[in-house]
Amino acid sequence: MSPHQVIAGFMPLLDSAVLVAAKEKGFAEADGIDLTLVRETSWASIRDRMAVGHFQVAHLLAPMPIAANLGLTPLAAKTIAPIALGLGGNAITVSNALWARMVDHGATGDLDPATAGRALRKTISDQREDWGRPLKFAVVHPFSGHYYELRYWLAACGIDPERDVEVVIVPPPLMADALASGTIDGYCVGEPWSTAASTVGFGRIVTIKAAIWRSSPEKVLGATAAWAEHEPDALAAVLRALSRSAQWCAAPSNHRELADILAAPAYIARPADWMLRGLSGDLDVGGGNVIRAGDFFVPFAKAAMFPWKSHALWFYSQMVRWGQVAHTPENASIARETYRPDLYRAALKPLGVALPAANAKVEGALQVPMPVGSAGASLILGPDGFFDGTLFDPDRLDDYIAKQAR
Amino acid sequence: MPAQPTTLSIVIIDENRLRASVIEVGLREAGYDNLTTINDVTGIARRIADIEPDVIFIDLENPNRDMLENMFQLSRAVQRPIAMFVDRSDQAAIEAAVDAGVSAYVVDGLKRERVKPILDMAISRFNAFSRMARELEEARSELENRKLIDRAKGILMATRSLSEAEAYALLRKTAMNQNRKISEIAESLITAAGLLAPPEDN
Repeated sequence: MSPHQVIAGFMPLLDSAVLVAAKEKGFAEADGIDLTLVRETSWASIRDRMAVGHFQVAHLLAPMPIAANLGLTPLAAKTIAPIALGLGGNAITVSNALWARMVDHGATGDLDPATAGRALRKTISDQREDWGRPLKFAVVHPFSGHYYELRYWLAACGIDPERDVEVVIVPPPLMADALASGTIDGYCVGEPWSTAASTVGFGRIVTIKAAIWRSSPEKVLGATAAWAEHEPDALAAVLRALSRSAQWCAAPSNHRELADILAAPAYIARPADWMLRGLSGDLDVGGGNVIRAGDFFVPFAKAAMFPWKSHALWFYSQMVRWGQVAHTPENASIARETYRPDLYRAALKPLGVALPAANAKVEGALQVPMPVGSAGASLILGPDGFFDGTLFDPDRLDDYIAKQAR
Repeated sequence: MPAQPTTLSIVIIDENRLRASVIEVGLREAGYDNLTTINDVTGIARRIADIEPDVIFIDLENPNRDMLENMFQLSRAVQRPIAMFVDRSDQAAIEAAVDAGVSAYVVDGLKRERVKPILDMAISRFNAFSRMARELEEARSELENRKLIDRAKGILMATRSLSEAEAYALLRKTAMNQNRKISEIAESLITAAGLLAPPEDN
C-alpha cells in the first residue's frame, strides 16, 4: 500500500518535538505516513493554510480548534483535536527591571506562582504612578493556553488582567527581544522562548505553567474535520506515529539527540542547550540559577496525549470568562465535541498504550499521583492541581463559569 | 474600473519593501490612490487608527499577523470591525489569496463588488512578485553553478593535465554515470580538492 501523504504545519516551539521526531526518527514512515513538515511564522498562517487544504493536520494551540468551531476566528475550517501534543511547557518571564521591583516586594525566585503573584500585585499597587502606563504582558495568541493561564494566575493573585496590566500579542521568537528592548515587561510563552531571555540575561522566569496548573493542556494536533472524515485510516496512522514518537521524546536518554534535531535550522534554529532546559525541566531561570521544575513538559506519561473533554471545556470556560464568547449550551457542546477521545482510543488500541476509561475528569482533584481505570497499559494520573486549590468539574460547568464571572 | 475607486482607503503591511511597492504600483495604476504602505509594525495600532482603512493587505508570512488580527478583533484601534476577506463563501478567492501568499482584511459591511477588483489585483501582483523572485533566485543559482563548474574544470586541468574541453567532458560523463547534476559533481570535486590540498593552499 502506498503511504498516505500528510502535510503538517508547525511553529518553532519545543512542543513541536513530537511531530518533528515522528518525521526525523522514522515513526511516521513506519506507520505508512509520508509526512512533510512546514514551519510557519504565525498561528494565523497555519489556520489559513488548513482552511484552504495546504495542511491536513497541524501543531495548534489547544484552544484554537475550539475557537475555530465556535466561529471566533477568520477563515477557520471545522477542526478536530484527536490527540494532544503533551502537557505543560510554558513559563512566565519578566524583565530584569520588573524582577528587581518584585524582589523588593517579596518575590523569592522559587517559581511559586502565589509568592510571585503577590509580589507582582504589591509592585503594581505601590508603583502604579512610577510607570506612567500599565505593565505590558505579552502572549502569543488570544486563543492560547498562555493567554488563559497568564490571566488565571493574575486574577487569582488579585491582579485585574484587564485594568491593572495590558495584555498584548507578540510572536514567540520575538518575545525575548521585545523584553530586552522594554517594549513589554513580561510574557508567557512556550519553550525555548523563555530560556531565550533568561540564559542571556534579558529576564527572569518567575513561574511556570506546570506550577499554575499541574499537568495542564497546551498544544494539540488539529486535523481538518473534512480530511479526518475522508481519510480515517491516514488519521489513525498519524496518531499511532505520534504516540510512538512521544514515547521516544519522553525518554531522558533521547533528550540530547532530540535537542540536536530541534536545534537544526529547519526546525527551531536555536542552540540545542536551550532545548535541553525544557526537555529536562532543569530551568535556567536567570541570574545563573537553575531550578528543577517538576513535570515542566510531559510529552507522554500521565496520558499526556489524551484529548480530555474536560480540557476543552476548561478552555471554553476561560473564553467565556474573558468575554471572547457567550455561554450557551450550544457553544459548550461545540467546545466539548471538538476534542475526540473516541478517535484517539480507536487509533491507539492496537499499540497497547494506556487508554483512560473516561472522557473527562475533575481537573485539580489529584493531589498525588493516582492509578486510574484504563484499557491497555496501567495508567497513573496527576498530580493535576491548580495553584489556588480550586477544582474544575466539567459536569458543573455553569457553576464554575458563574463563580468566575466578574 | 469600479466607480469612485479612490474613496476606498487601502493599507499594505509588508516588511518586504520591494513586494509592497510592486503591489502599490499595481493598485495605483488601477486608480486606487488612497494607499498607505507600512513596512515596520512598530506603532502600527496608532497608524491604523489614524488611517481608518477599508481594506488591509498583509503578506501571509508576516510573523506579526496574530498581533494584527487581535488588534482588528478588539476594535479598539480601529473604529469599525475588520474581518478577513469580504465574503467567507468566496472559497476560490480565498484559496487564490492564500496560494499567492497574501491575506486580506476588509472592514465590516463593505460590498463584495467594491473589494473584489482590489483583491484580484493584490493577488495577481503577489503572484507576479513570487515569479520575479523565483526567476531571480534561479538566475543567481545558475551563475553560482557556472562558477562551481569553472573552478572544478580548473582543478582537473591542473591535477590531471587535461584541456578545458576534456575536463568538462569528464565532469559531464561522471554526472551522467551517477545520475547527478554537473554542478553537484563540481561541488564534490572542489570539496575533495580542498580537503586534500596542502595547508598553505587553504
